[in-house]
Amino acid sequence: MSEFYTSVDHFALIPALMLALFGCAVLLFDFLVFPEPRQRKWLLVFVALGIGFAGLGLVRQQMFLAAEGLNEFTAFRGALTIDGFSIFFNWIFLAASLIVALVSYRYLEIEGEHHGEYYGLILLANCGMYFLAAGSDLVTLFVGLELMAICFYIMVGFLRFDKRSNEAAIKYLLLGAFSSGFLVYGFSVLYGIAGSTRLGDITAAVASRSPWDPLVFLALATTSVGLLFKISAVPFHMWAPDAYEGAPTTVTAYLSVASKAASFAFLVRIFLGPLISAREVWAPLLSAVAIATLTVGNLAAVTQTNIKRLLAYSSISHAGYILLGLVAGNPTGIKGVAVYLLVYTFMNLGAFLVVVALRREHILGEDLEDLSGLMQKSPVHAILMLIFLLSLAGIPPTAGFLAKYYIFWALIQARQYVLAVIAAAYVAVAIYYYFRIVRSMFISEAVDREPLASSLGLRLALGVTGVLTLAIGIYPQPWLELAQNSVLLR
Amino acid sequence: MSEHWLSIVLFTPLAGMLILLLIPSRRTDLIRIWANIAGIAGFLVSLPLLWRFDKNASGFQMVERHEWIPSLGARYIVGIDGISLLLVMLTTLVGAVAILSSWSAIQEKVKQYYAMFLLQQTGMLGVFMALDFFLFFVFWEVTLVPMYFIIGVWGGPRKLYAAIKFFLYTLAGSVLMLLGILTLYFQHFQQFGFYTFEIAELMKLDLPLSLQRWVFWAFFIGFAIKVPMFPFHTWLPDAHVEAPTAGSVILASILLKMGTYGFIRFSLPLLPKAAMDPAIVKALVVLSLIAIIYGALVSLMQQDWKKLVAYSSVSHLGFCTLGIFALNPNGLAGSVIQQINHGISTGMLFLIVGIAYERRHTREIAEYGGLAHVMPKYATVFAFAMLSSAGLPLLNGFIGEFTILQGAFEANRIWAAFAATGVILGAAYLLWLYQRTMLGQITNPKNLRLPDLNWRELATFLPLIAWAIWIGVYPKPYFEVLEKPVTEIVQRVRPEYFRQAPVMASAPLEVLR
Repeated sequence: MSEFYTSVDHFALIPALMLALFGCAVLLFDFLVFPEPRQRKWLLVFVALGIGFAGLGLVRQQMFLAAEGLNEFTAFRGALTIDGFSIFFNWIFLAASLIVALVSYRYLEIEGEHHGEYYGLILLANCGMYFLAAGSDLVTLFVGLELMAICFYIMVGFLRFDKRSNEAAIKYLLLGAFSSGFLVYGFSVLYGIAGSTRLGDITAAVASRSPWDPLVFLALATTSVGLLFKISAVPFHMWAPDAYEGAPTTVTAYLSVASKAASFAFLVRIFLGPLISAREVWAPLLSAVAIATLTVGNLAAVTQTNIKRLLAYSSISHAGYILLGLVAGNPTGIKGVAVYLLVYTFMNLGAFLVVVALRREHILGEDLEDLSGLMQKSPVHAILMLIFLLSLAGIPPTAGFLAKYYIFWALIQARQYVLAVIAAAYVAVAIYYYFRIVRSMFISEAVDREPLASSLGLRLALGVTGVLTLAIGIYPQPWLELAQNSVLLR
Repeated sequence: MSEHWLSIVLFTPLAGMLILLLIPSRRTDLIRIWANIAGIAGFLVSLPLLWRFDKNASGFQMVERHEWIPSLGARYIVGIDGISLLLVMLTTLVGAVAILSSWSAIQEKVKQYYAMFLLQQTGMLGVFMALDFFLFFVFWEVTLVPMYFIIGVWGGPRKLYAAIKFFLYTLAGSVLMLLGILTLYFQHFQQFGFYTFEIAELMKLDLPLSLQRWVFWAFFIGFAIKVPMFPFHTWLPDAHVEAPTAGSVILASILLKMGTYGFIRFSLPLLPKAAMDPAIVKALVVLSLIAIIYGALVSLMQQDWKKLVAYSSVSHLGFCTLGIFALNPNGLAGSVIQQINHGISTGMLFLIVGIAYERRHTREIAEYGGLAHVMPKYATVFAFAMLSSAGLPLLNGFIGEFTILQGAFEANRIWAAFAATGVILGAAYLLWLYQRTMLGQITNPKNLRLPDLNWRELATFLPLIAWAIWIGVYPKPYFEVLEKPVTEIVQRVRPEYFRQAPVMASAPLEVLR
């Protein structure tokens, strides 16, 4: 191999390459080989293969790191950094993509918008996420971000004949483009400071300046706007409820977990990389944002009657908790971010999957009322939803408790007692709105007799998310070790 | 087998629940029979604890430990001392009784009901057995969900409000408690260099008073809401009034004891300096005294039978917390015995209300009167329950209240004087209640044909009455079982106590021995 594409480069790139390859293959095969609607199930095989090969790539990266005794390796002269962190997050993305692809088949059929390119977009978005977790160069990161975002703009508006879906897509596109503008502006300032786009160089250059240097502050402020938008932190959260409500539910699920996890990976890379020396500036800023996010997310969720909107606000509040892990800034906190995102992926996906199952031929299934009497109608769905909601609220022995536990632990360690008490108090608020759903399911009488949508993929996905949400809570040790690697290796 | 005995006791109800889930929902009779088998089995497997327990041994017994989450330092450690032993026995017995009492009261969603009940049993047993703070917290929270459903699904007209209020109150308290736990956990790391949640390890901590105070208040919120102490008691009347009978029984007899148990097991031994702090002791004693007198006065004013019993719980639990913060062996031993007593007598009182409600579907006291004429067995049982709750000598309530008063008197005579007023008021509202419902002529024609207790209903009362008489007539074994743990706690909180007053300390309630 030439010096432009070494074997290390190959190792670093292979998962993304697989995702992109199979993503494009799906697009191509969709209209060349499988023109008939009923042949589309073969596309799922492509998705599974793409994700499988990408996973294999991750395993090889892990083995490579272990064999060489390395904490990390860089490729393409520093543009990609493969470490425990990137591998950990990439596993999350792959799992989310696979689960979402599995459940989309039946859902899109019901919506009457089943097109092959949907699966291509999932793989391409995942490819973008790969670069967000593994990129260590401003340009790589930005391209990854845009690749992911553009796929999502299309997927949010995938229901072409649904006004809400169109509106959501336009809103998300406009605000997203605007925030990307801020981000790029921030990046240009960082480049101006360092004269390089490599994160390592920028870190050194920023560290040589005072944290209160106006240029550093400008970079910090504009970059933060872009990043906080992506994780839907207050005050840049306005797009989330609308986009979540209008998008096809499967896309909402994907958006709320994978896009959020990827953006958090990106945010952690930037804040603990180039901006680490300005910690004293951004820590108070981020704690204010976190508190505002918790407040708005939790309080606004209380009055929602649309489940997707309710879960949208709840996911805003979860962003607040995750930010608190970063605010605490100690190893526990960073590990907490990783654990939280892992747990959040499964529990939030699970909750949305139940909403996916509620969509039937003639029933939209997005209202709180549509859940009423679920325990009578379909006890398995009701009990699974209960587990997901308890986990989202953070009640042991579900996984969500563990996630919150890490955040509290990190805050106590950092002696941020006030933040800890505020964060704890919002757990009680959250239980109120989560239990409005529980109340509908278990106490109210059913309004319709129509059975829930079902398919093998949906059942499988619900089973996996449900089992994991409980298993991580009851026996978390192996999962914590996984997250531990992601932090220690950094 | 024998080293796993506590785990067997702990998980028997859960195993019962898992098997219950396999029975189809429409086979309600089978479900009822199985749930009762599981409830009684839960009690039977706990009986061997009585003879396995060595009352002369100090520390915890039958301890079982396993690694659970090494990276957090959380272990599965269960063990019991005299205090836990009594509460565990109370839980298994009252649990079985409550399940039996639901036979005809619950007609809807029967399977879910019993499943929740059995899950609740495991949660509560875990709270009383856990010797690892993380494990304790998990069980503590696990008890919330089933009770939410028991109130919310099978409750009265305002069940939704009552259920979520119960949940929110307790949860808000327990997350603050979690922060307190984490503070101790982190302090332990700083002092000893490793993370652990084991209570015995955390006891080695040496913390400054100021920090102990903060943690104490964090624990206080969690435990005081559960007890409930004044002014955190407002969830209790709602929850009790709306809950189905068996739910009220479990709530009053066992769930509330989790709060007092928390004070005894965690607040005192882990934070001895704060527990001895005069300001804190004074605050808690004053709150207890307010609860005793306020609870009794409010009970006097109630028109609703069940609400009256609910407020009487506030008053009785006031005695328990007063005993704890008298901080001497009499007070503590009396407090634990009174917790058991309250479990027995108030459990019976709620069962009694439930039986009247099942027959008449009203709880207005004014609707009743003269029931003794048509329901003699019922009236007799009620008399037992009422007198045991009022503290008549030779029944259990007397032993507990007397010992607590003795402890309070030893600490401060004025406290004892106020608390004694509560005893008198207690007798007043209970006797008045009995008079209004049972005695006199039947004024309401609807009451003329009420059936008396059937065999099943009688069977729910008999074990409780027998236990009440046992404690009342021969309390010696109870004091013996409690002597070691109580002495250890007092020794830890007030090391100087036994040097000063060896005679008083070694002879709690000498008269009755």
